[in-house]
Amino acid sequence: MRTPRNHPAWWAFVVHRVSGVALALFLPAHFLAMGLALRGEAPLDEFLRWSEQPLVVAGEWVLVMLLAAHLAGGLRLLALEFLPWRNWQKTLATLAAGFVFASGLIFVLAR
Amino acid sequence: MNPRREVVLWVAQRLTAVVLALCVIVHLVTIIYAVRGGLTAAEILARTRGNVAWATFYVIFVVAAAVHGAIGLRTVAAEWLGFRGEMAEFAMTIVGIALTLLGLRAVVAVFGA
Repeated sequence: MRTPRNHPAWWAFVVHRVSGVALALFLPAHFLAMGLALRGEAPLDEFLRWSEQPLVVAGEWVLVMLLAAHLAGGLRLLALEFLPWRNWQKTLATLAAGFVFASGLIFVLAR
Repeated sequence: MNPRREVVLWVAQRLTAVVLALCVIVHLVTIIYAVRGGLTAAEILARTRGNVAWATFYVIFVVAAAVHGAIGLRTVAAEWLGFRGEMAEFAMTIVGIALTLLGLRAVVAVFGA
């Protein structure tokens, strides 16, 4: 059923917002992890060994997908706001970009 | 609501979005390249230590992400939590500054200054 909240633009909005919040919350942890290199190579390496656990690897995969999703959603918004395109062209371009990106990432990450 | 501030933040959000689009593409390609065959600190630091080009890239990336993230969280806090007004502006500023400082600290760590 098509309710005001059940159409592609609404889902694009939700994905963009949720991925954005998740990335913003992840950012301090990422910066702290990379900051471990302030004390030399060993602490960073110790953290990287810890991050090889399956659950952490799965989390990293989710984060990479969230980053790609936020990028695709952001490009869609910029196109909507700044390019004089017609709606169906924007939809096609977004679908194409999303498909290419998802295919590429799945191919490389599922190696 | 201060209309002038809203315009400045709207423009800042779009400008940082354009910068971030380029940075994120580079970052994703680097991630995909770097994780092949496992990730080690030696490998990461061999790429970044003393490399001014990477350090410059990451400084731009960190500042753009901090500004973009802080403005984005401000919007979500206002629309989903009803958190707006001067306290929200203050919180956004603190988040932006904290993200910038933490990010720059990480850049210094991998650059090896």
